[in-house]
Amino acid sequence: MKTRETDKLILGGREFTSRFILGSGKYSLELIKAAVEQAGAQIITLALRRANPGGAANILDYIPEGVTLLPNTSGARNAGEAVRIARLAREVGCGDFVKLEIIRDSKYLLPDNAETIRATEILAKEGFLVMPYMYPDLNAARDLADAGAVSVMPLGAPIGSNKGLCTREFIRILIDEIDLPVIVDAGIGRPSQACEAMEMGAAAVMANTAIATASRIPQMAEAFGKAIEAGRSAYLAGLGRVLDQGASPSSPLTGFLQDAEGRE
Amino acid sequence: MQQINESILNDEIREHLKENRISHMEYLPGMERISSDLLEQVTSRMDAYDPARYTAGDVRRALAQENRTPEDFAALLSPAAAPFLEEMARKAKEETRKHFGNTVYLFTPLYIANYCENYCIYCGFNCHNKIRRARLNEEEIEKEMRKIAETGLQEILILTGESPSKSDLTYIGEACRIARRYFKVIGLEVYPMNTEDYRYLHGCGADYVTVFQETYHAGKYETLHLAGPKRIFPYRFYAQERALLGGMRGVGFAALLGLADFRKDAFATGIHAWLLQRKFPQAEISFSCPRLRPIINNEKINPQDVHESQLLQVITAYRLFLPYAGITVSTRECARFRDHVMGLAATKISAGVSTGVGSHCEEVEDKGDSQFEISDGRTVAEVWESLTRRGLQPVMSDYLYV
Repeated sequence: MKTRETDKLILGGREFTSRFILGSGKYSLELIKAAVEQAGAQIITLALRRANPGGAANILDYIPEGVTLLPNTSGARNAGEAVRIARLAREVGCGDFVKLEIIRDSKYLLPDNAETIRATEILAKEGFLVMPYMYPDLNAARDLADAGAVSVMPLGAPIGSNKGLCTREFIRILIDEIDLPVIVDAGIGRPSQACEAMEMGAAAVMANTAIATASRIPQMAEAFGKAIEAGRSAYLAGLGRVLDQGASPSSPLTGFLQDAEGRE
Repeated sequence: MQQINESILNDEIREHLKENRISHMEYLPGMERISSDLLEQVTSRMDAYDPARYTAGDVRRALAQENRTPEDFAALLSPAAAPFLEEMARKAKEETRKHFGNTVYLFTPLYIANYCENYCIYCGFNCHNKIRRARLNEEEIEKEMRKIAETGLQEILILTGESPSKSDLTYIGEACRIARRYFKVIGLEVYPMNTEDYRYLHGCGADYVTVFQETYHAGKYETLHLAGPKRIFPYRFYAQERALLGGMRGVGFAALLGLADFRKDAFATGIHAWLLQRKFPQAEISFSCPRLRPIINNEKINPQDVHESQLLQVITAYRLFLPYAGITVSTRECARFRDHVMGLAATKISAGVSTGVGSHCEEVEDKGDSQFEISDGRTVAEVWESLTRRGLQPVMSDYLYV
């Protein structure tokens, strides 16, 4: 049985002890380092479109050393654009991980699963470690796994909405059926919601707006870090069945069978 | 004749207004007609909008909604919303934070030519206004762009006066190609064109098109745009739709507040953007919020009843109706207003602005006069400093041209 010491998040063969993926958008670049440290995060996402190598406000200059970069393809509206952005990310030294985001809806920012599957196929063949942002659909998740994704990242609610696990039941299905790490991305507005996702068996949680819009950003990052750890511990500990499956008597109803067996 | 903002008029314009004019609703040869009913939809909704009809109760209901309808938007733009301006500002700030965090985008406009074939009686570039005209050549465009890029800016907005003969398509396309060497994001604010022309310019590197409709009231529009292709109201109205059909990533909208009933114009602008985004869900949309300004040879032009509080009402109503839309505040407004509205509802601000031609670097000899007087002449560094002092994060580029 896994303990906290042996429990690792494995993505594309790489091991992480933190299960909190921190976003870097929507807040001041100077706060990124403190947020990473307070959260204990080892992976940070960044929008490649915000990277400005050699220029002012280049987000890459603010990411602490030793943290794994997870560049996202935000701004891509189809598979072709996402593939090009991913290649650019690799060129500017962001490594092999890519958080695939393909969105052709500027209002709700909902992901396009079909295009995401196409892009995953292409990028996985090129050696990228693809982590696709997706609408939690079981068939799409299976296709993404077949296409070579190293995780799936279903949304809890629309990006930035802070509404929590609106898609709870569908994420639960992905956790049950998909062998890849299921990372809940988007919509998580409070540490308690992140904790709930982890209790359900999510492999990790990604959060950005909830932290970016807090009054004290590093402190909120810390709160999320702790909630995610607590949720993971609860999952590993095995939640009391009472929560999920109704009351279970401590003296089994079929115990009498053993009594009979004992007498024979 | 429709009543006109008196501050625009002078004797020459009064004389011209007496002359016969071509129909403003009939397309000229070469103007593409697309199949769309958006103009009818926007016009009928605007005509039906009576700002005086709304009550404090309507405004409260609109404020309480999570997703706001056109009716809510109408209430927020009405006079009944005036006492709720503080609450509108607070809610607008919440929405802005949710969708954009504390990031704000910086850009600068570059006027590459100020020749114009239109006679828009309120505009400094109009073809009857005696100003110095200029058109930068490629070398000069590059010099200006290099100078702008030195300030750290990554987004540029290329503008011309509206003269398809002096600033033809290939000239604008070449300016985009040069801009690609220095900038990541290239927007255009030029004369409306056909879908294929937009497709060509997208291929040259531009991906955002802004067209100001000025006023959505066709009758009023007719009395303000006396000659030139801009006079054709429906062709201008459909420019954003043609730009999206031509492959542009996003489009910007604006009514020039002060020309007509600003509440109805702001309402029509919002509805125009809302309907177009429903038709093209991938399109990014944004608003500019210009008010009339003095121009060369007419210092007295002013936006009449659109004072700062009315302008703020319009801007916050845009934010509450379409929380995901970009909102730009122009240097027509002063530094105090711009700084406070950034992060509250606006998301994009120009810096280091000159609305003249060839005014970014001294080496350009033939300079052209400016389109309007600006109120905020701060440099990029000054605007940057001011934004960061207010806890905002300036962002130089938010897009990759792919």
